[in-house]
Amino acid sequence: MALLEVEDLKVYFPIRGGILGRMVGNVKAVDGVTFSINEGQTVGLVGESGSGKTTTGKAILGLVPIKSGVIRFNGEDITKYIGKNRSPYRKSVQMIFQDVYSSLNSKKRVRDIIAEPLRNFEKLTKAEEQKRVDELLSIVGMSPENAYKYPHEFSGGQRQRIGVARAIALKPKLIVADEPVSALDLSIQAQVLNYLKDIQSELGLSYLFISHDLGVVKHMCETLAIMHNNRFVEFGARNDIYNNPQHIYTKRLIASIPDTDPDKKEENMRRRKEINEEYEMRSESYYEAGSKVYDLTRLTETHFVAMKS
Amino acid sequence: MQKQESLLKVRNLETSFKIERDYYNAVDRVDLDIKHNEVFAIVGESGSGKTALALSIPQLHNMSYTRIKGEIAFEGKELLGLREKELNTIRGKDISMIFQDPLTALNPLLKVGFQIEETLLYHTKENQARRKEHAIQLLADVGMVNPELTYNCYPYELSGGMRQRAMIAVALACKPKLIIADEPTTALDVTIQAQILDLLRSLQKEMQASIILVTHDLGVVAEMAHRVAVMYGGQIVEMASVGELMHNPLHPYTRSLLASIPHAGEDMERLNAIKGIVPTLKYMPRNGCRFSHRTPWIPQDAHEEVPQFREVTPEHFVLCTCYKHFRFEDEKSGEGVAI
Repeated sequence: MALLEVEDLKVYFPIRGGILGRMVGNVKAVDGVTFSINEGQTVGLVGESGSGKTTTGKAILGLVPIKSGVIRFNGEDITKYIGKNRSPYRKSVQMIFQDVYSSLNSKKRVRDIIAEPLRNFEKLTKAEEQKRVDELLSIVGMSPENAYKYPHEFSGGQRQRIGVARAIALKPKLIVADEPVSALDLSIQAQVLNYLKDIQSELGLSYLFISHDLGVVKHMCETLAIMHNNRFVEFGARNDIYNNPQHIYTKRLIASIPDTDPDKKEENMRRRKEINEEYEMRSESYYEAGSKVYDLTRLTETHFVAMKS
Repeated sequence: MQKQESLLKVRNLETSFKIERDYYNAVDRVDLDIKHNEVFAIVGESGSGKTALALSIPQLHNMSYTRIKGEIAFEGKELLGLREKELNTIRGKDISMIFQDPLTALNPLLKVGFQIEETLLYHTKENQARRKEHAIQLLADVGMVNPELTYNCYPYELSGGMRQRAMIAVALACKPKLIIADEPTTALDVTIQAQILDLLRSLQKEMQASIILVTHDLGVVAEMAHRVAVMYGGQIVEMASVGELMHNPLHPYTRSLLASIPHAGEDMERLNAIKGIVPTLKYMPRNGCRFSHRTPWIPQDAHEEVPQFREVTPEHFVLCTCYKHFRFEDEKSGEGVAI
């Protein structure tokens, strides 16, 4: 049984209008998404801004009301916990945020930031709590003295590591990492990615890794979901997606990655042009009317694609 | 024609910012030549001084806490020391800028068309009808599907990629000889980034303008640039043609940076992480090799006391001698500091 199962998840946000503020329509932020995450697995969620990837992550954490669908964690339907504080589910799923400057409370010491989830869920004595915080800091490679500093005293990479320490404080099973490195410099990004991998193998974590950077995603994830227009256009193992992309959007995405080899410049440009032409000629086989994405169909055991059959 | 002469010649440039009572060099004695019709990239992490350097050329810093020293000669004309009024005849006309975030760089209260015309109004003698025609032509040049419609749009009505195109149209309005693009695609999605880069490349070829491309993304550099300078701690640590730099990087910083990119093309278990952090401006070491404290396993005598910027092979410049002794920390046996 998979650790997390998401079935036909839909999240709609109401559009209100008129004098009385009646609901006049819906923004379909997530429109029918199905996938699962196994224990110890990393699933990547890729897509452009506005494609619904963050909303999917938030729905799994129970942070947004869902329209319909089932989210099962360890076999238990958790949609009943949505909007409820201190549910047991909150303990086992945590989040790492993108913006390391706004996700840490600037008025609290590192110690209090990391201890906050512990104080909410576990009754520890002062000494136990201190010991636990020191342990967590050492897991993310920071010395215990840092516990008495404030977030502004740290660099971006160190702040993200504090965010990671907070996320793993309650020994969660699943972490939703929403663009955890996109605000960081290259060398710092490498540091944080290495830590995330180390912690995963040490603690047996699963990740839902949300990112728009296909290089980072390939480095981190065995399974990938490509999202466009609020639905999955392609889902598959790393090899399927990178070496045998089927949907035009996936192809476009992969062709758009800037290559560090300047000799391939011309070739890349030509490929992008070809894909654009293909998109213009055959767009109806990839998108329904109103650019809605088709339902996923199975290609191989691991590879699913949303195309007109 | 003086085609052999470089378009922009920067010598011994020092840009310093005031912190509390003292001035600290964010750009430290930089020499630079930009040729005609070339794309020159400046790469580095945040805090390396790449934007400080780029903004020093049209002197867009807030001069109440900035000092710029040295020489900046544009087509043989010294820009430093010019009065604001004289600078304004060059800014937007001969040298124009493309900023990172088009939503903050464009005025939200003015229509896109007007913002393009504004540049034309200031620098040319075109009449109103001609200006409108010109603006619509520019919008068409940057790939707007319906230029007449976009002409009357406000920036918020456009998507991120469209806004960046509008900003490029503003920058191109007076056929500049030099375009300074500061992270032009960082705020955009990859698919849009690819479109904007393709557009910039074809416009550059067409207009024969030079571009200074400031970026942190080495992929963008490889796609766009002819020559590259890598900056660290306010200095250029390595400069070469793009092929030479990507295939044969020499300086420890360049090599570390290249090794820390997660590639979509190949599998790697671990990425190379550079130890430590970029020191803040105030605490940047001023003597010796500035990168040395991030490679503590390299013996100190590998560095020069006063690092020199040398031409190692033709057109390939490297700062300091430590590149000869550099290896990654986990490379070979005998780890740690071997003295």
